[in-house]
Amino acid sequence: MTTYIARSKSVAARMLGGEMMIMSPRDTTLFNLNDVGSVIWQSADGQTPLHAIVERLCTEFDVAPEVARQDAETFVQELVEHGIMHVSDRPITAEPLRQEAT
Amino acid sequence: MNVLMEEMNRRALALGVPLGAQLDVTYRCNERCVHCYLDHDDHGEMTTAEMRDVLDQLADAGTLFLTLSGGEVFMRMDFFEILAYARSLMFCIKIKTNAFMVREKEADLIRDMDVSSVQVSIYSHRPEVHDAITLLPRSLERSIKGIRLLQQRGVKVIIANVLMRQNLADYEGVRALARSLGVESTIDPTITPKMDGDRSILGLGIGGEELRGVMHNADLVGNVDEFCASPPPVEDEDLDQVPCSASHTYCYISPYGDVFPCVQFPLPTGNVRQQKFLDIWRYSPQMNDVRSIRPRDLPVCSTCSHIGTCTRCPGLAYMQGDMRGPSVQDCEKSYARTGIPSANMKLRLAAVPHLADLVQIQLAQAW
Repeated sequence: MTTYIARSKSVAARMLGGEMMIMSPRDTTLFNLNDVGSVIWQSADGQTPLHAIVERLCTEFDVAPEVARQDAETFVQELVEHGIMHVSDRPITAEPLRQEAT
Repeated sequence: MNVLMEEMNRRALALGVPLGAQLDVTYRCNERCVHCYLDHDDHGEMTTAEMRDVLDQLADAGTLFLTLSGGEVFMRMDFFEILAYARSLMFCIKIKTNAFMVREKEADLIRDMDVSSVQVSIYSHRPEVHDAITLLPRSLERSIKGIRLLQQRGVKVIIANVLMRQNLADYEGVRALARSLGVESTIDPTITPKMDGDRSILGLGIGGEELRGVMHNADLVGNVDEFCASPPPVEDEDLDQVPCSASHTYCYISPYGDVFPCVQFPLPTGNVRQQKFLDIWRYSPQMNDVRSIRPRDLPVCSTCSHIGTCTRCPGLAYMQGDMRGPSVQDCEKSYARTGIPSANMKLRLAAVPHLADLVQIQLAQAW
């Protein structure tokens, strides 16, 4: 199955000194991604399959494909759990519907 | 401040990145607050396209935290266009407003655009006091309505209360109002001179005794003994630290494109209509002059026992005539907090003739 990932539009983010700083405005939780995580984040346009992003990681960081795949999947899952990334088995063109505040 | 935030600030400082910025989208306002430092006439605000260009430049420069303020932001018909564009650039956005014009539609949009927080100015829980400061009838009622609409949608709201003689008795009432609305509140006893240098509005500020009362109120400051403790001995590092974020990791841009070190520091450093923002940020002589300030180099303050703990604002000092001089308002705060006069206060006292000397002269004349 092909996986697509997309950055959440609800967050604030900026590259600072080669690392991506991401803030969830709602709860002001701050995330700091290292250089590998920053590449995944910036590549998460909803159109590029995750396996293509992993290939890029292997080239840029000289990592074995299986290690890169596992690390990328774990990383993506973590960001999904924090609500700052979306995953789909189809290309993502629009932000998923907002969850109603409880 | 959490560890990651501190690390982010430290990194921005080291890299010379303007991590935070305030962009005033207009100076026009529907209120006429008696203590306001702004001229509310429109002298040629940036267009929507110019605002977008400034936002692009700030994003490219590395700004993450953006405050959109005024004047009253909703006086601009294109405010939501500016806000939407800023969010598309992934800024973390705080809006400062009086919320008078926040209705269901505006509150929905603010929620949908994931604004980080909305700061609303409230001066009293009593309409007769609040409205007498804003000079706009029913302004308290309307602002509270706006706050409710935002809060109901899960938007974080912070009530900001500027303390003056006129509303000093009401700050507990404002805090209680904030609690009843389920929002945060802050208090600030600082009145800023007008941007044209007019200092007449400073007389609206609270006096020393009242300030002391505020500084020693445990409900406001927490542990009074800790907050009001005498300053510890001055260390070398106190004299070499960066005094504040102005020009280091923060700047302010007016509706006319003028760039300043801070919203409270009206030293012109350039204009984005004539220069690229990053050129101003990096190369403006004025910006670099502010950047060079260290406590060690301050003629009076470097000798002051408060130097390590003082909230000295170089912008307020600049408005008093010298950005390297003392900021009298901060001297007064240090004194109100600790009971220990600042070096500047001691100098001023020494320069005033003693009453006993005057009496002796009068007696001599009588004889």
